[in-house]
Amino acid sequence: MASTLAGLPLLILLLVSVIASAQVSQAARKWLPLAADGIHDPKNPSLRLLQEPAESLSRLPADTAGNQVHWLQALEGGAINPRTNILPGTQVMVIDLDIYLNMKGGTPIVRFPHRAHTLWLDCSNCHQHLFVSKAGANKLSMNAMLNGEQCGVCHGAVAFPLTECNRCHNTPRNKPLPAGALRGL
Amino acid sequence: MSNGLIKRAALLGALGLALLAAPSVAEYGDVVLNKVSEKNGVRPVVFPHWFHRVRFRCKVCHSELAFKMRAGANVVTMADITNGKFCGMCHNNQIAWGADKCDLCHSGKPGLKSGIYGGHQTSGPGRW
Repeated sequence: MASTLAGLPLLILLLVSVIASAQVSQAARKWLPLAADGIHDPKNPSLRLLQEPAESLSRLPADTAGNQVHWLQALEGGAINPRTNILPGTQVMVIDLDIYLNMKGGTPIVRFPHRAHTLWLDCSNCHQHLFVSKAGANKLSMNAMLNGEQCGVCHGAVAFPLTECNRCHNTPRNKPLPAGALRGL
Repeated sequence: MSNGLIKRAALLGALGLALLAAPSVAEYGDVVLNKVSEKNGVRPVVFPHWFHRVRFRCKVCHSELAFKMRAGANVVTMADITNGKFCGMCHNNQIAWGADKCDLCHSGKPGLKSGIYGGHQTSGPGRW
């Protein structure tokens, strides 16, 4: 009897560790319920009618930052097919044009892909008020981005955050760029 | 039962408790709109970017519907919405629920300030 009782704390500890392991494996991708996210009012009787993030986002390609969804992969792989327009007359533009930036910096060169951006955005979302449509005409600054300007209008708010350095600074300096590559500053 | 195993179990247990006690954080890109809501006696609006971008590309709202890409820069009134502007382009009981379903959009905690929530470790750009 005494030996059984002595084993009890151990048993509890083991049980807790099993629950904890489950938590750890889920921690890879975990979304808070709306009622516990700190901005929804849990007293709202209609809250249960809203879709929970986990229900939608857990089905999409994984990422480690932001919504924990790789949104571009979700779009290109067909996991989602968001509408491009509501008005029938809207001209939907997608352009495939890379611009290489940060040509003189210490960090790797930035390859800016117009395609990935125009799949989501309209030209007018960035041009001409954020960036002039001319390679070499825009002076970019990480400080401005961290303050919500330039790329930081989206990256750090809704698009992958600025802590994901390598996703933009993705092109080694010691290898030649593709023939005819457009270079910015 | 070895000492090492006990220590490991205790560590995992502590980690589990820490995760259970994780702070409440909104989903990345969630926007609270409260310029006019609470002044008019309703909860603030929570706009979830994640929910909308599954269904619409950014350009639909930020180009066709003319929402400025800066939290707090858009003044959206119920009159606009019932007249088919801004949210009302879809929230019209045809594409999405209509303006009569107040609580579905006005779902925020009272007292919240307008702005973008759920920031990453950068806590979002300084201006927000």
